[in-house]
Amino acid sequence: MSNIAIDLTGVSKSYDDKVVVDGLSFTVAAGECFGLLGPNGAGKSTITRMVLGMAPPDAGKITVLGMPVPARARLARGRIGVVPQFDNLEHAFTVRENLLVFGRYFGMSRSEIEAAIPPLLEFARLESKADARVNTLSGGMKRRLTLARALINDPQLLVLDEPTTGLDPHARHLIWERLRLLLARGKTIILTTHFMEEAERLCDRLCVLDGGRIIAEGRPHALIEEQIGCPVLEIYGGNPRELRALINPYAERIEMSGETVFCYASDPEQVRVQLRGRADLRVLQRPPNLEDVFLRLTGRDMEN
Amino acid sequence: MVEGWAAAMPANAWNWIAVWRRNYLAWKKIAIAAILGNLADPLIYLFALGFGLGIMVGPVDGASYIAFLAAGMVAASAMTSATFETIYAAFGRMHSQRSWEAILCTQLTLGDIILGELAWAATKAFLAGTAIMIVASILGYTAWPSALYALPVVVLTGFAFASLAMVVMALAPSYDYFIFYQTLVLTPMLFLGGAVFPVSHLPSAFQQVGRFLPLAHAVDLLRPALLGRPGESVGLHIGALCIYTVLPFFLSAALLRRRLMP
Repeated sequence: MSNIAIDLTGVSKSYDDKVVVDGLSFTVAAGECFGLLGPNGAGKSTITRMVLGMAPPDAGKITVLGMPVPARARLARGRIGVVPQFDNLEHAFTVRENLLVFGRYFGMSRSEIEAAIPPLLEFARLESKADARVNTLSGGMKRRLTLARALINDPQLLVLDEPTTGLDPHARHLIWERLRLLLARGKTIILTTHFMEEAERLCDRLCVLDGGRIIAEGRPHALIEEQIGCPVLEIYGGNPRELRALINPYAERIEMSGETVFCYASDPEQVRVQLRGRADLRVLQRPPNLEDVFLRLTGRDMEN
Repeated sequence: MVEGWAAAMPANAWNWIAVWRRNYLAWKKIAIAAILGNLADPLIYLFALGFGLGIMVGPVDGASYIAFLAAGMVAASAMTSATFETIYAAFGRMHSQRSWEAILCTQLTLGDIILGELAWAATKAFLAGTAIMIVASILGYTAWPSALYALPVVVLTGFAFASLAMVVMALAPSYDYFIFYQTLVLTPMLFLGGAVFPVSHLPSAFQQVGRFLPLAHAVDLLRPALLGRPGESVGLHIGALCIYTVLPFFLSAALLRRRLMP
């Protein structure tokens, strides 16, 4: 078995003449966390569905864990765990029943499943909730149960579609911590997200998608360094045009998004001097992040 | 699209059992309410029509009207319980509960899911049909042991109607469309299929239509069994019910593959 977990070559997919994925190629190495980052509609979910064999590509070649997909997707799925974007737990069932029922879908015997359940409950920090119905759980607990459920077949590869969307920050951090533990255990992860912070914290490598194409690819910090490479000032309030004229000489680049002016300056102090005494403005200085990369590459911010 | 077909067909002969067991576990939690709900409707019809109408119509085909009606109600309850399990419960699992979506991420195929759902709906039909048979038997309206021949027929009837309902479900954008199937297909079938009265009294055009209906085949198998009479054209009726099971299964698999795995 090679050390390549996922390989896509020239993959395209259209729905009703609308191109959703456009000649996409990327490779995910075994043991790494690979991110698909992009706004809604960038094609992230379609890519994960194609990787799972749930949508045949119109063109191109997909290999997952050494198996051609969708031709042998069923066998590949036996070694994959999936956390879907939308909750599809069995709400009338208890936590334990959810794991039991799901284990059967992988052809596991009752004794195999019962041996697997306690460590999964511990991993998901749901030991005390084993016999609670899913509809009594909090959003974070449900998501941790979904993650535990994805591990029932001891998969090599995890496919996570927006794993922390809709969770509060505390619940999100707990999921991130659990995912890092899985990476330390040697699992391969491919995740889609529109959270820059999630991508920066978890991903070894990522590609930024827009309109079904890769617009940038690499290690998060290398991408940020290469595309931005200097501190950022976010300036709120005031007239964006007027501000732009004022600070332009001292900035490498200026982007505007809504009412915010993003000023990229290797010497931010010089910009701050220009704005001193402007009580109508709020100025925030921060290190550059992937949001800035996306803004630079597309001229739009990720949320729009 | 050979690959696509593989995804829509059962992967092996036993994967469907996991889906059946999932539904059984869910049903166990509400079993008493479910059984009462399933039984009430056909039993009310059996007694209301059997006694109420029975007084006026006298014997039918050489049996008391309620004994004649019992086979019709067994067939009709198998029809409705298999249909409703599919168009409401299975549709919910596919559509709003997203259970199917979760299962499609495992080693099961769409075909395994469909087969498991059909087997479950046939199980529900079996429960509903036999419950009425038991009540009718206790009251002395059925012949033993020939009534035992009715049991596999009830299961086959359940499969046929579940399979037909799976096609309807595959095409329906939402729950709102199922009412058309109920009122335009199932209700007329109840009368044209000979469940409530002998079709020989109908105009011949209706009789011709009725001959092809799956419920008519079920009734023609069930009535002789429950009345303790020799069956006629048994092979033909069983064959017809098998066709009503198998063809819609393939059609629904193709339709659902287009719908769920575009």
